[in-house]
Amino acid sequence: MSMRRVAVVGAGMTRFVRRAMETPKELAWHASRMALDSCGLTLNDVGGVCIGSAPDAFDGVHMKGEYLSDGSGAWGKPVMRSYVGGGTGVFLGPHGWYHVASGLFDVVLVVAEEKMSSFYPHAQAAFLTIFDHTTERPLEPNLLWIFALEMNRYMQTYGISKRDIAQVAVKNKRNAADHPCAMLGEANITVEDVLNSEVLAWPVQRLDVSPVSDGAVAIVMAAEGVAERITDRPVWVQGVGWNLDTAYWTNRDLAYPEYVERAARMAYEMAGVREPRKEIHVVEPYDPFDYKELHHLEGLLLADRGKAPELTAQGVTARNGAMPVCPSGGLLGVGNPITAAGLMKVAELFWQLRGEAGARQVPGTPERGLAQAWGDLMQVGTVTILGTQRPS
Amino acid sequence: MTQRIASYPGTALSEEDIERGHVLSVHDQLRADYAWDAGLAIGLYLDGLKAGVILGVRCRRCDRTVVPPRAFCEQCFAPMDAFVPLADVGIVNTFSLCYVTWDVKRIVEPLIPAVIDLDGTSPPAGIMHLLGGVVPDRVHIGMRVRAVWKPARARQGAITDIRYFKPLRRG
Repeated sequence: MSMRRVAVVGAGMTRFVRRAMETPKELAWHASRMALDSCGLTLNDVGGVCIGSAPDAFDGVHMKGEYLSDGSGAWGKPVMRSYVGGGTGVFLGPHGWYHVASGLFDVVLVVAEEKMSSFYPHAQAAFLTIFDHTTERPLEPNLLWIFALEMNRYMQTYGISKRDIAQVAVKNKRNAADHPCAMLGEANITVEDVLNSEVLAWPVQRLDVSPVSDGAVAIVMAAEGVAERITDRPVWVQGVGWNLDTAYWTNRDLAYPEYVERAARMAYEMAGVREPRKEIHVVEPYDPFDYKELHHLEGLLLADRGKAPELTAQGVTARNGAMPVCPSGGLLGVGNPITAAGLMKVAELFWQLRGEAGARQVPGTPERGLAQAWGDLMQVGTVTILGTQRPS
Repeated sequence: MTQRIASYPGTALSEEDIERGHVLSVHDQLRADYAWDAGLAIGLYLDGLKAGVILGVRCRRCDRTVVPPRAFCEQCFAPMDAFVPLADVGIVNTFSLCYVTWDVKRIVEPLIPAVIDLDGTSPPAGIMHLLGGVVPDRVHIGMRVRAVWKPARARQGAITDIRYFKPLRRG
């Protein structure tokens, strides 16, 4: 591919909170400004802007990309908003990458913002309209249903217990205790706490679920030749992948996310990764529910089917384990402002690979990390692979 | 994270801040009415439901029978017009016992959404519906269930013409 190499050179984020005083534009501006400051750039250095934000229904504002553009540094610039539901945050990896790789832009600002608290009284109800209006919505479905149905199928197919799955929530909420922007970090949470929390939609209980949140994250991407002048430690985009399955979600094997595997294979091929379990050193898979981390590790080919819970039980996925998974604390711990949570995972890889993750830093010198997100009607997989080595 | 940053932006508000007017906010309710056309395939599906029949469709090229019916095969992109009546009997592929409504109100008796694989389809090809007429604790994956229909005169050509699916055998 005659594409230019692309690096991440800066990142910024706001705290993730249940309800932010700031408007979406203000949140976007805080994260964007921090990302530019982190690499010593100004708006004048930015050629184009890539925005990701989830359903307009949360804010009750149509054309949310246009609304957010001022806060995203897009005044008078080419700007493009992308949206693939919960997968959007990590889709911003490929979105920003081909803006730069194509040769169109030397530097782009990539911004993800979500303010879910505006929807009253609870953002959950805004999700009703993702279901088919004729064949499903008259049944008054709840977003929890699709997760509960998928989790139950996953548990049944492989004989996985709720206790096995609860360990993921414990790991991630404990990890988040070391994240300065986290909403639900809890250093002392136990598996019993998760198993004793309120049953929402069995098998899903309160502490199996990430929270409704407000927040913003931004990164700066730059072309080869430019990136090295901005920073002596650019983190390179080594691979990107994305894939969409059918919207007929009930016509699908719910125990295995085939579309995540397709997205991962696309990214691995681009990155030249042949043995992902050896070559991926830090992983940020999408964890809006605890079982999803396991489901996704399997789809990413980082665990055998039905075996991801064993990796968690053995401590392999702990922050100091052989393959750290969600060292940030993930959506379960840091919070889940939908697209911002996805881009937070990409930003976490940037900080981990530069050795700047502070108390969350994984041991050793990780050279390559993978972020993944998921969304729409359980149908999209998005993957971004970052690494310290410039792609050949 | 860059340890140079002493404090991160983003100010957390509580419900009390809003209720007591510590911060100002504007409330509004958006009202939007729609009339969605069912289209060709789902139009036939709704006609079938009104008549007490669940209609699937077969892709002649993929030799695959799916429900809900559709006008084209998303896998091979050929038209799909071999509509076939399916049995109103199937197997519970997965289910949940849900204690909150779509707008997050707590309920005591759970709703039991399920994916049901109907007989005569090519798995995986289920539909989402509700289970009823069963003690929640007794529901299990693999359970055989049958549609419970509204009386013919009450049917409107809607997915809710099936009230729910209930176990073929008691308990």
